[in-house]
Amino acid sequence: MTTPVTNSTVLSIRDLKVHFDLGGGGPLDRLIGTNPVKRVVKAVDGVSLDIYEGETLGLVGESGCGKSTLGRAILRLTEPTDGHVFYRDRDLAHLSGRQLREQRRHLQIIFQDPYASLNPRMTVGQIVGEPLATFGLARGREAEQRVQELLETVGLSKRFIKRYPHEFSGGQRQRIGIARALAVDPDFIVADEPISALDVSIQAQIMNLLERLRREKNLTYLFISHDLRAIRHVSDRVAVMYLGKLVEIADAKTIYREPLMPYTKALISAVPVPDPQVEATRQRIMLEGDVPSPINPPPGCRFHTRCPYAIEACREVVPQLVEIKPAHFAACIRISPAEPHIENVAPGAAPGLETGH
Amino acid sequence: MFHPANPVKMTLLNKMTTTNGNLLEVKNLRTYFDTEDGIVKAVDDISFQLKRGETLGIVGESGSGKSVTNLSIIRLIPDPPGKIVSGEVIFKDNDLLLLSNEAIRKIRGRRIAMIFQDPMTSLNPFMKISRQLMEMTQLHLGHTKAQAYEHAIRMLETVGIPDARARADSYPHEFSGGMRQRVMIAMALSCEPELLIADEPTTALDVTIQAQILELIKTLKRETGTSVILITHDLGVVAGMTDHVIVMYAGKIFEQARTAELFSRPGNPYTKGLLRSVPDPIAEQGKLYQIPGQPPDVAHLKPGCPFAPRCDHVQEICHREFPPFVQLNADHYSLCHFAREVFAESGNPQISQIGSV
Repeated sequence: MTTPVTNSTVLSIRDLKVHFDLGGGGPLDRLIGTNPVKRVVKAVDGVSLDIYEGETLGLVGESGCGKSTLGRAILRLTEPTDGHVFYRDRDLAHLSGRQLREQRRHLQIIFQDPYASLNPRMTVGQIVGEPLATFGLARGREAEQRVQELLETVGLSKRFIKRYPHEFSGGQRQRIGIARALAVDPDFIVADEPISALDVSIQAQIMNLLERLRREKNLTYLFISHDLRAIRHVSDRVAVMYLGKLVEIADAKTIYREPLMPYTKALISAVPVPDPQVEATRQRIMLEGDVPSPINPPPGCRFHTRCPYAIEACREVVPQLVEIKPAHFAACIRISPAEPHIENVAPGAAPGLETGH
Repeated sequence: MFHPANPVKMTLLNKMTTTNGNLLEVKNLRTYFDTEDGIVKAVDDISFQLKRGETLGIVGESGSGKSVTNLSIIRLIPDPPGKIVSGEVIFKDNDLLLLSNEAIRKIRGRRIAMIFQDPMTSLNPFMKISRQLMEMTQLHLGHTKAQAYEHAIRMLETVGIPDARARADSYPHEFSGGMRQRVMIAMALSCEPELLIADEPTTALDVTIQAQILELIKTLKRETGTSVILITHDLGVVAGMTDHVIVMYAGKIFEQARTAELFSRPGNPYTKGLLRSVPDPIAEQGKLYQIPGQPPDVAHLKPGCPFAPRCDHVQEICHREFPPFVQLNADHYSLCHFAREVFAESGNPQISQIGSV
């Protein structure tokens, strides 16, 4: 599966895993009997994904599905347990400290919480200017000028350069975080829930700003969010994650109009639509229960415990992402390219088992 | 599905109405906070009615006064620094603002119940779920311990806690977020309140769980006839859940209307901007409309319309004079100098013939 990076692909993620060991299962644990079983959180469990140049790839999922961990593992802010992240023919997952730091210039991140991600004791000028100094890109007068430009690029006045983060609103702070990410002229930005902490009217401002910057600076985004409406709006393609695994990837329009995997169907049908007429008539797919714990997740298809279409085989077979329709991948053994719509599949049948597995 | 403690009494309660059919009437309510920064007029002269059995949505961004409005209704404003400066809250012929502390305590939880955004911080972490539920009916309905326990189990079953009897003696941390919110709803509905105030009840929850909780509130409302005030920032939730909507901005009601009309034909530039700035998950959109600027600092409001600095309909008069509250239709009001123009503009030709006032 280790395809090298092609022309139009910025990042190739291959079988990436991030497991957190919670302990337990050791000789002493068994003796005392408190933690007899080893407990592992499989936050990201074998994700493969290509991100194309200039696109916004939306990564969506519910809390605990591993979407933020995946974003952080790509940049190695969280150490991957296994797998590869190819960027310009280098495997970021296996670079040494110094080499990794050199590459970090090209890959940046914007965080969710604009209050926690800015140092309260640094001025805006210092915050935005720090990456310039770290990578030796500019100093002194030149650096200051660059910081002023960056502030104006993100829609802040350059007069703000000597102010501290507490003097700004949430939306303005998020702009400062964006300016900091842009300081080193990156190719690729992980935007981890960049609008979740903001008011509705400010969310639109930040989405539009990110979109303008992408066009002007030819950026590629991995846009992580639990907000399906925002994801739909900003993304070219959308990847859906459930309990550490990708379950569906397709073009944004397609996945919202015609989701194939049962979890995606339920997720999209659960989004409230700001239109009373639509809300009054639409049919929701109600899922029973909660997302299971990512500690020792269910075997087979991880969604089988809540899936209205689950059959016996779903408890055993781990479904792979299969190209069900052109450029539309889904992980479900009950559908296949020949029969992509689960509603039409005969009860108990698993056409995906014959073709893809 | 619902098991009322005393069905006969409940039907009686529901038949009793105020002289004009309103369960709740808020008149000229003003709640101010005395802060270091000056007097914050968090809620400034608002009036509205809630008819029995209806759901009223209150929408607004942070700091708009939507939560303070509801805390004022049940007199939970921390004093100091807050103070209900003037107004009336008529709940079934009684002005709640004139009641003694003891009298209002008998209403809270018994006849008006609340659920809050964060179910973890509103449940006592040291008390078993069952005991927290029992407290309600022992206090308000005079249940014995055994009666209260049985009632608690029934309520947990009603809100869809699987295996309620076995799980009733768990502690809150043993429940997931969605389950805790179900417990909060069970607790709120224990005494069959006539009014349920839900303050961002699903904001902290995942979208599939949000769908479950909203559906639960709808079902219980249908079965018990409880009136609901739903506070939210999510226009999608409002569209699917409410009969009437109030849009708040800077402590004022900017627009109020029947839900269908507010969405199809807004009469206020702020509402209009808000509706256009929310991405629609099913319709195709180009660039998202954005309301420029920031929500105002309520402690330092300038004369004129508080929305004027961000408004795309702004005229010279808006900066000078506070706007009038214009009636546009039966049950439709807008706080704007140009309410009629905005209303006419947003109506499609069909409606505007019938609807112009």
